[in-house]
Amino acid sequence: MRILTYIRQVLDAEESVHIANHAVALENSKLVMDTMDEYGVEEALRLRESGIEAEIVAVAVGPARVQDALRTALAMGADRAIHVETDIRLDAIAVSKVLSQLATQEQATLIFSGGQQADWDSHALAAATAERLQWPQVTWTSALELKGTTLTGKHDADEGSEFFTLELPAVVTTQQGLNEPRYPTLPNIMKSKKKEMRKESLDQFGVTPKLKFVTAEVQVKDRLNKILDGKDAPAAAAQLVDLLRNEARVIA
Amino acid sequence: MILVVVEYANGKVSKSTWEMITAAQDSAKDSGRDASITALVLGSNVAAIAAEVAKAVDQVLVADLPALTQYDPELWSAAVAQIATEGEASLVLIGGSRSGREYSPRVAIKLDAPLLEDVITLKAAGETLTAQRYTYLARVTETIEAAAPIAVVTIKPGVFNPATPKAESAEQFDVDLSLPTPRLKITDKTVERTSRVGLTEAEIVVSGGRGVGSAEGFTQYVEALADQLGAAVGATRAIVDAGWRPYSEQVGQTGKTVQPKTYIAIGISGAVQHLSGMNKSKTIVAINRDAEAPIFKIADYGIVGDVTQLIPAILTELKK
Ligand SMILES: Cc1cc2nc3c(=O)[nH]c(=O)nc-3n(C[C@H](O)[C@H](O)[C@H](O)COP(=O)(O)OP(=O)(O)OC[C@H]3O[C@@H](n4cnc5c(N)ncnc54)[C@H](O)[C@@H]3O)c2cc1C
Ligand SMILES: Cc1cc2nc3c(=O)[nH]c(=O)nc-3n(C[C@H](O)[C@H](O)[C@H](O)COP(=O)(O)OP(=O)(O)OC[C@H]3O[C@@H](n4cnc5c(N)ncnc54)[C@H](O)[C@@H]3O)c2cc1C
Repeated sequence: MRILTYIRQVLDAEESVHIANHAVALENSKLVMDTMDEYGVEEALRLRESGIEAEIVAVAVGPARVQDALRTALAMGADRAIHVETDIRLDAIAVSKVLSQLATQEQATLIFSGGQQADWDSHALAAATAERLQWPQVTWTSALELKGTTLTGKHDADEGSEFFTLELPAVVTTQQGLNEPRYPTLPNIMKSKKKEMRKESLDQFGVTPKLKFVTAEVQVKDRLNKILDGKDAPAAAAQLVDLLRNEARVIA
Repeated sequence: MILVVVEYANGKVSKSTWEMITAAQDSAKDSGRDASITALVLGSNVAAIAAEVAKAVDQVLVADLPALTQYDPELWSAAVAQIATEGEASLVLIGGSRSGREYSPRVAIKLDAPLLEDVITLKAAGETLTAQRYTYLARVTETIEAAAPIAVVTIKPGVFNPATPKAESAEQFDVDLSLPTPRLKITDKTVERTSRVGLTEAEIVVSGGRGVGSAEGFTQYVEALADQLGAAVGATRAIVDAGWRPYSEQVGQTGKTVQPKTYIAIGISGAVQHLSGMNKSKTIVAINRDAEAPIFKIADYGIVGDVTQLIPAILTELKK
């Protein structure tokens, strides 16, 4: 079988956010593979290590720099990578048009994608891709097992979680808790440099963006920052309760 | 026509539905668009839901079918797309719940429509829709635009004011649907219930992290303080993963987003993924023994000290 894992490159969560020209500026910031997508790469590798014959193809859509994230996926163990290059910011509905066509071209039967994008907060790519392919989907998985073409597992629903079963082909979203992604080892990083990185142009996919991104603002709510020393616990407790009752007026 | 897909739970229309109705009204104001609101109720044995929501909209469409007993993304998206097409909707509003955000992209593809996810404001002018939403783990507010005859929008819960029901009820109509056979089979569920107020509806949320020490510590400090204040309880991913608390209580990127009047964080470091679920709270209170913990950066009030000493002292003080 062939597994596609969709990869995004995002700002490291610990980095500061800066705005320039009405958008978040990423120059000179540390960029990493979206953690949510790492779980997908790891899960694909684990499926293969459990004895399933699979080729794992990492896919990314974006500017030249996203190749760094694809290289990380290759260094983790993915077999090859496809980079669809564009400098335009595309919404998830538009990207799903690329991913679904690649899935068909590559005859993939399983696609992994992160449950939520760490930068744009979108959840939409997996479901939109599944819809275009007329495949089923399962989102927010926290356990997966594949026997033949039957995928079973557990995923988070609105309240609590559900156990499911599903026949491939399917699109699956991944999240923290599904597994512990491995770190690329030095030999694997070296090996990954020889792996195939195929570049495609966006033109052939017939994509038109559905959304226009107008402005972005960093929102900082001014906080009071009245922080008390708690060495004398009863005194600090009395002072805090007094502040909450009489200054903030948030408790009775 | 604006189509609002009704969310409900435990036999009652959810707060998110009343919020979507307000969002629908807001969006249409001075837009020159047809501002009539149609509510769509999908499910089985949902007559009471339809009757309840009829008090706040212009028309209710009801699909009360055994096939709709269990939510499924393929079923829900097929139903919503069919009704939106037949009713020539210009706008489809879906809840920003996990399920809403999971099936709405399918609706957008079926309708060849743009999808605006998890919006906090919504304005229409002619064919153009403008919305704001949070990005970068809720650190950035972004403005987006779409121009199309029909758009699909998910509404972030807890942002719009809930609409108030009127005295008279709108007319209700049963609808026929052609539905696919669901391919995702749900074999079992773990539903977590709590006797406390719902996390996303509470005015006060008391949350605990690894700093409470143990599952027992959570009960002794976090639950005790929550009960004293009539608050909901929340948890960090770290202690949900450790099995101290159920997933339904998790606040953050991969849990719930809360925006209470007061958020009290006990023994929580303030990782960005946690902050993204609570940083819009009106007043934030933090208790942590590490003065450098990032949670203090966004706190209005806080104490640097030990949970095991401070919470009992606070409880004593509150009972005075
Ligand atoms: C004193 C202070 C108060 C802040 N208050 C808020 C707030 O009320 N609401 C809000 O949405 N953002 C708040 N932020 C975060 C803010 O939106 C920007 O992320 C931050 O200002 C980026 O610029 P910086 O260079 O100061 O980076 P830093 O703030 O130094 O960059 C990253 C650090 O900011 C903090 N942080 C990161 N993400 C968030 C977040 N989503 N919410 C809160 N803190 C975060 C974390 O401690 C993180 O380690 C606050 C940041 C600071 C420093
Ligand atoms: C993709 C992804 C998604 C994630 N999603 C979420 C999410 O939705 N929600 C979430 O919460 N996390 C999430 N996380 C995890 C997050 O990064 C943090 O690991 C987690 O929030 C930390 O939880 P904590 O604050 O309980 O634990 P810690 O970070 O270990 O903090 C414990 C704090 O308790 C304090 N403490 C210890 N003992 C005491 C004491 N006796 N008295 C007072 N203070 C004490 C310590 O000083 C420390 O600050 C996610 C991570 C990733 C990578």
